[in-house]
Amino acid sequence: MRHLLNPLDFSVEETDALIKLAMNIADNPQKYSKCCVNKKLAVLFYEPSTRTRLSFETAMLNLGGSVIGFSSADSSSASKGESVADTIRVVSCYADIAAMRHPKEGAPLVASRFSSIPVINAGDGGHQHPTQTLTDLLTINTLKGRLSNMTVGICGDLKFGRTVHSLINALSRYTNIKFILISPPELKIPDYIRDGVLKARNIEFIESTNLDSVISKLDILYMTRVQRERFFNEEDYIRLKDTYILDSSKMKLAGDDMYILHPLPRVNEISIEIDTDHRAAYFKQVKLGMYIRMALIMTLLEVKIDD
Amino acid sequence: MINIGALNEGIVLDHIQAGKSFNIYYHLSLDKLDCQVAIIKNAKSKKMGKKDIIKIEGDVLDIIDLKVLGYIDHNITINIIKDSKIVKKLSLKLPQEIKNIIHCKNPRCITSIEQELPHIFYLSDPEKEIYRCLYCEEKHS
Repeated sequence: MRHLLNPLDFSVEETDALIKLAMNIADNPQKYSKCCVNKKLAVLFYEPSTRTRLSFETAMLNLGGSVIGFSSADSSSASKGESVADTIRVVSCYADIAAMRHPKEGAPLVASRFSSIPVINAGDGGHQHPTQTLTDLLTINTLKGRLSNMTVGICGDLKFGRTVHSLINALSRYTNIKFILISPPELKIPDYIRDGVLKARNIEFIESTNLDSVISKLDILYMTRVQRERFFNEEDYIRLKDTYILDSSKMKLAGDDMYILHPLPRVNEISIEIDTDHRAAYFKQVKLGMYIRMALIMTLLEVKIDD
Repeated sequence: MINIGALNEGIVLDHIQAGKSFNIYYHLSLDKLDCQVAIIKNAKSKKMGKKDIIKIEGDVLDIIDLKVLGYIDHNITINIIKDSKIVKKLSLKLPQEIKNIIHCKNPRCITSIEQELPHIFYLSDPEKEIYRCLYCEEKHS
């Protein structure tokens, strides 16, 4: 039995296979519409996340399976003080696979240690968000036709942004990837990524505070939101939230094939005037996220269909 | 120089960084042993200038947690004494994983709300001796 807790739980070969399966599903969704009949996905969301939860639920429904679960800690036994370990033991009796989002870092790992069904980390605090990473990889691969030989800019909250940490971890395994990391000094990447991933694997990277000066060098620009819920201090949030706003004047400095990704939801870091730009790929990314989650559910449940 | 009686059978924890012996005494729960335990502080050492030594009487090696000892100070040597002679010297390594020796201080870690979870740290950088929380990957400082 496999779990997905960290983007590195799957090897490059396994990740590539997952991307290939997701692309096949996207090409012919009908072919996969009954492959999880009689299977149940438990969505265990201890904090609100409409987008990711709906993506998981739709993915399972599209495979012919069904969905149970809760969408906030208040509507679960966590409000009565039940531990993650006990919750997953109970859920294991009902469902075939679980997707867990939790505000505390490491909660899905705890669940996996007590679970008898595959556990997917659907985001744990500021730590990891591997299915967003798989979505990002699928999107980049779909747009660029490759996952190697490119310069990826990541902009915004690089300290608390779990999608950022997961994406750096995953892309670092492909050849000739360079990163340009754009953030205010207070929101730079944490040292476990800088030292433990980038420096440890000799990945070329630049840290910058100025988006305008680096945007022309990028093949992909990954924008992120400064997340209010990650701050203990409201003043810090207000001071930092509008540091980078991507608008048409900045996009004039970018290449014609520099695509913009964003894990969504956005607040104002991407101006709505960009939405019609052919390089704005963030809504396409949402749809691809559903396909990669379909592929992931199939893979973890070891469901196969004939070619 | 104070003379402490030689051990007939037991173990000697040597080359303890001066001042760390009480820390080790409590982390290894030596206070719970019935046998004789001698702590020598600030003994003269050619190699270290000064060092601490702990002598424990009896066949106690099995109850000494070498992971704890390795984490606290992996430069400590363990001399096993039988018939008043050193019959074996053991050296320590930094353990790959330690459990409930140190605690995660990250307020966003699951261990901050689930008190019964063991605090597990793994050795992420042996060169810099960095341990990270298994759950949240926060560096222990």
